[in-house]
Amino acid sequence: MSAAIVPDHRGRYGNFGGKYVPETIMFALEELEKSFEEALNDKEFQKQFQNELAVYSGRPTPLTFAERLSEANGGAKIYLKREDLNHTGAHKINNAIGQALLAVRMGKKKIIAETGAGQHGVAAATVAAKYGLSCKVYMGKEDIRRQALNVFRMKLLGAEVIEVTSGSQTLKDATNEAIREWVASVEDTFYLIGSAVGPHPYPKMVKNFQQVIGFETIDQFIRENEGSLPDAVVACVGGGSNAIGMFAPFIEKDVPLFGVEAAGKGIETNAHAATLSKGTNGVIHGSLTKLLQTEEGQITEPYSISAGLDYPGIGPEHAYLHETERVKYEAVTDQESLDALKSLCLNEGILCALESAHAVAYSLKLAKNMNKDEAIVVCLSGRGDKDVHTLMEKVEGGNQYE
Amino acid sequence: MNKRWAAFQNSADYRFVPYIMAGDPCEEATIELSLALEDCGAAALELGVPYSDPLADGPVIQRAGMRGLRQKMNLEKTIKLVSKLRGRGLKIPVIIFTYYNLLLQLGENRFMTLAEENGVDGILVPDLPYEESSYLKEMCSAHHLALISLVAPTTHNEKLNKLSREAEGFLYCISSLGVTGVRSEFRDGLNDFLRAAKEHSAVPVLVGFGLSKRNQIEQFEGTSDGFIIGSAIVKKIESLEKELINNREEAIVEFKQYIESLLPVYSR
Repeated sequence: MSAAIVPDHRGRYGNFGGKYVPETIMFALEELEKSFEEALNDKEFQKQFQNELAVYSGRPTPLTFAERLSEANGGAKIYLKREDLNHTGAHKINNAIGQALLAVRMGKKKIIAETGAGQHGVAAATVAAKYGLSCKVYMGKEDIRRQALNVFRMKLLGAEVIEVTSGSQTLKDATNEAIREWVASVEDTFYLIGSAVGPHPYPKMVKNFQQVIGFETIDQFIRENEGSLPDAVVACVGGGSNAIGMFAPFIEKDVPLFGVEAAGKGIETNAHAATLSKGTNGVIHGSLTKLLQTEEGQITEPYSISAGLDYPGIGPEHAYLHETERVKYEAVTDQESLDALKSLCLNEGILCALESAHAVAYSLKLAKNMNKDEAIVVCLSGRGDKDVHTLMEKVEGGNQYE
Repeated sequence: MNKRWAAFQNSADYRFVPYIMAGDPCEEATIELSLALEDCGAAALELGVPYSDPLADGPVIQRAGMRGLRQKMNLEKTIKLVSKLRGRGLKIPVIIFTYYNLLLQLGENRFMTLAEENGVDGILVPDLPYEESSYLKEMCSAHHLALISLVAPTTHNEKLNKLSREAEGFLYCISSLGVTGVRSEFRDGLNDFLRAAKEHSAVPVLVGFGLSKRNQIEQFEGTSDGFIIGSAIVKKIESLEKELINNREEAIVEFKQYIESLLPVYSR
């Protein structure tokens, strides 16, 4: 299996990607690209990054065989890549450490970030505290209301949380506002994007800082399974950073890959975030990709029970992997993800994030149609503590408590 | 270059180019505001298209976009509005100011056809930098439309020279970092930047972003060929929203008084 080298020098993944931003920040993207490529080739930087991942975030994260879950479900064995065991509770910290180190290397003292549910905001605030940078986090008014605990965590970490009241007051608007702030402060500020989205070189950079997930998985799986690779790999996709990090080292290998989007209340309804299943080509946040929009090109508001998946766009490399059919993208509903979350809790004693529960839900379906001697690796991108409030409402409020 | 651009370029005046949002607060108001602006001496008109995610715009123009969206204004209707403006006697060049996603969904081909049919003279796409614009530029030149280029204080010299040389219609020099919106001060070195832009430009060099007062505009008279005012005008329109719908004639009188108070004497 072989594909063209992406991205090309213009930051293109086939038809997708590129740099659709105001001229004012073009120089900053060039500067960033240059610094990033230098850092990539600098052994010292790479060593420092790997070391921080180990001693600060606790990597490598384990690969856990979910034995009871696999047995209860039937079919293939399910392994969990435990990104939930990272410092701050999700894979987001990998990228935040990488970009913060790059910011320090570039001599930038200020970082800005966008956040939806607050996970990337917390990761950004964390690395800002760790490396002595000032940090502003842009967050939609609506999300601030829904995620009061994460807002407080960010403040405790010394970050300034800026309420975004434009547009629909959620992640897409927080991202617009962070970009607007970056255009104003571009000379001394580093924009720490949280997902594999945005203008080139962000999608490439985020993938690079997240691919440790996939490389560790291959090492760990091979050690446990006498040199063989898994028969399928599954990850949830919002913007797509955990998925691209997991998939990256598998793309050239003969392993089926599955990205799982949020179907919300069903992709036949208007309440979903299934960008690849239902979206069309367009530009969002500096990148040409698939997105949810009206025929005229007004970007629409997505929906998912999981705040980390309700993004109307998707990283351009996922749009490309979808078009080239290297990765199969499926959608899982709120209800299916809740059921999977409960099943994982009861059988393995692991409370995963609602985002990750989408990947678990799809892997349970997939496993049923595979043999007992086959194996699936699921990227368990984060832990579920942040979702306890939502879960209480859904599980107890909806009288579904078992 | 069409007649309207020829008149624009040959003008000896310090050129005034206003920006207003199509459909803000309603289509008929946009028509009368445009005619009023021409009456006050506008040398060209930038017509904004409402968009859900205008990431180069500040709060004033964001709100105008929301008002336009409520009127169901869109790119196709904005282009067709230009033909109505021509019917009502508007003679200055009209530039459609649209985000790239709207253009992509309408289709670049369809845009070109519609623009030619409806008397549009140019297009400005704030989120389409030079590096991504070669296809649109080709299409525009095949259809006799000017693709307006923006340059910023952060644009490096080599690129500034290239963009200035290739500019069509006018060269849009962004006065300051950040999004559109009124500013009280401008950075040092802005006049040097304008001079550098003018050195290579075959078309008039205009300064925009943040201008809202006569004395600010006068600062740049020696180093540029004109100026663009957006947010300050859009803010005035916002304050006249109800009157522009219910009592338009009086509102237009007040609007024109405001515009005249803004303009340097020599650009009227």
